Amino acid sequence: MKPPSMKFPALRIYAIIYLLFLFAPIILLPIFAFNEGKIIAFPLTGFSTRWFETLWERPSLHSAVQSSLIIAVLTSIFATIFGIFAARGGAMANFPFKGGIIGFIMLPLVLPEIILAVALLVLVTKVLGLAPNLYTIVLAHTLMCTPYATSVLNGAFANLDASLEEAAMDLGESRWGAFRLVTLPLVMPGIISAMLISFIISLDEFIVAFFLSGNVTTLPVYIYGLRRQSDQLPIIMALGTILVALSIILLVAAEILRRRGLRRAGLEDAGGFL
Amino acid sequence: MSGSPLITLRGVNKHYGDYHALRDIELEIRQGEFFSLLGPSGCGKTTLLRTIAGFEDLSSGTLMIDGKDMARVPANERPTNMVFQSYAIFPHLSVAQNVAFGLRRDSRPKAEKARAVAEALEMVGLAGYGGRAAHALSGGQRQRVALARALILQPKVLLLDEPLSALDKKMREQMQVELIRLQRNVGITFILVTHDQEEALVMSDRIAVMFEGSIGQMADPETLYRRPNSRRVADFIGKMNFLSAEVTAAGATVDLDVQGLGRGSIARDQAPNGAPAGPAVVGIRPETLTIVFDGEHTDRRTIDGVVDEVVYYGDMTYYDVRVPGVDEPLHLSMRNVIGRPVLDVGTPTRISWDERALVLLDA
Ligand SMILES: Nc1ncnc2c1ncn2[C@@H]1O[C@H](COP(=O)(O)OP(=O)(O)OP(=O)(O)O)[C@@H](O)[C@H]1O
Ligand SMILES: [Mg+2]
Repeated sequence: MKPPSMKFPALRIYAIIYLLFLFAPIILLPIFAFNEGKIIAFPLTGFSTRWFETLWERPSLHSAVQSSLIIAVLTSIFATIFGIFAARGGAMANFPFKGGIIGFIMLPLVLPEIILAVALLVLVTKVLGLAPNLYTIVLAHTLMCTPYATSVLNGAFANLDASLEEAAMDLGESRWGAFRLVTLPLVMPGIISAMLISFIISLDEFIVAFFLSGNVTTLPVYIYGLRRQSDQLPIIMALGTILVALSIILLVAAEILRRRGLRRAGLEDAGGFL
Repeated sequence: MSGSPLITLRGVNKHYGDYHALRDIELEIRQGEFFSLLGPSGCGKTTLLRTIAGFEDLSSGTLMIDGKDMARVPANERPTNMVFQSYAIFPHLSVAQNVAFGLRRDSRPKAEKARAVAEALEMVGLAGYGGRAAHALSGGQRQRVALARALILQPKVLLLDEPLSALDKKMREQMQVELIRLQRNVGITFILVTHDQEEALVMSDRIAVMFEGSIGQMADPETLYRRPNSRRVADFIGKMNFLSAEVTAAGATVDLDVQGLGRGSIARDQAPNGAPAGPAVVGIRPETLTIVFDGEHTDRRTIDGVVDEVVYYGDMTYYDVRVPGVDEPLHLSMRNVIGRPVLDVGTPTRISWDERALVLLDA
């Protein structure tokens, strides 16, 4: 028997168009990044790595990359730690207003980023009286990434038999010892995958970083600054190619780690991020 | 099996919000005893076990283990170890690492610990399995690892939450025998939770039957089976026929008029709750009723009936027999011995019974 989609040619055409629509812009990136010509247009004029070389020679870009990396690393650490608390609490503990509190953690997922950005700017500059800097961006990104980290970790904790920690305590471990020796190793793949995903989100995030950037420039903000100079477009393409490649590598790595961890622990796959 | 009790519960109550999960539990468990908590699903067996293990706080009452009040003692400092219903084997560790888990705080040299692990594995019949990955074990093997992991710490009390319920019938019967043997050998007090009455009868020195958070009856298996103190207990443990009756006189013996069986008298101890004059219910076990086959003779009293249903079990045959004057057909079971036919539905038959098999329950 054929799968149902094969019986409806219209569905197949829809799927192809959908995929084209989804991936065409991404496929264009490397095509023009490796194109010799200055102008983003067909026909292509020849293979070249000159745009990547140009990238390499820009100090302003280096500092943007550095800021972005620092922000992304710190964000992934903080968001994952908060995610662990939220996911463990959600899976194992019982407390008043649990549903509401968990929902509140997830709220930034559905909040328009621009609203979040403005609100954070007001909070940082007017209420706290701080100048926007690298760490205010870390703060904001942590807020935004925590729900993603939490939902990845929810899967890891939901897989876990709650009596495992109790068994460890029953065998003489303290609460912390039980968590460290049993829960932590079992959710480690989830932790790594949450960190990688937070890292990618933070690295790509533009709106909030733009509002809160102050004197630091993150990578997306830097790219935004290049947009009006048409001779810079191939450079943006090259940069975009690197970012997309990096994102794909990290996402695949996160998923492989998660699956391998599950297999090693002999646990059911409750669905990850991919 | 004497001296002061190892575990004492006094007036123990447990509330989950509005739900009253444990009601006024009074319990004493002696050193070295094999004690079972038996009851239908949701009656609070696990809750009671977790209370003793230290995973649940008491809402009221006291729990003493070995003479010490456990109110402020956390689970990891109690002299109890638990075999969880799910076994809770650590999936990321090997069998040996699982068994050695509780020895982490032990200051003995490594070689000695390794020897203890090997011994524990041997005790549960898993010698040589130490290097295996825990998640690759079968249900029965997991259960043994869980046992070894708990026993290696030589707890005063081993708590077992339905440890055999995940196993198939054959395996379960084999493990029952092994658990009994193990318990005799190590001399540790076992508290077993089960909803399988047969398992409780086979394994226990004493059984507490629980209903809806309270203990209905606590006794040794034979007393529980022969002298249940209520219809509920009688119904839960084995099969029982219930007949309405009338207590006509109660002195050194109790005189009864039983529906379908007629007048008779029973000893005082066949009425665990006393024998107030008036309407009552009498219980009689299926295996104490016997079909008198053609050509057989009996000195016991008999009643006549008609076979209503037959279930053939190989070694046994179960009959339902309709008796005039009795509302429900009587259940009875006969061993299939050579020369005895299996009767067909509709066969008129004679049943013999004995007054000593009756138990007087509340009306
Ligand atoms: N943490 C909890 N919060 C609320 N109610 C609970 C909690 N734990 C148990 N209960 C309730 O207490 C009752 C007794 O539960 P318990 O697990 O002790 O039953 P059980 O006798 O072990 O049943 P089973 O044979 O199904 O395992 C159940 O009605 C259950 O719903
Ligand atoms: Mg239970």
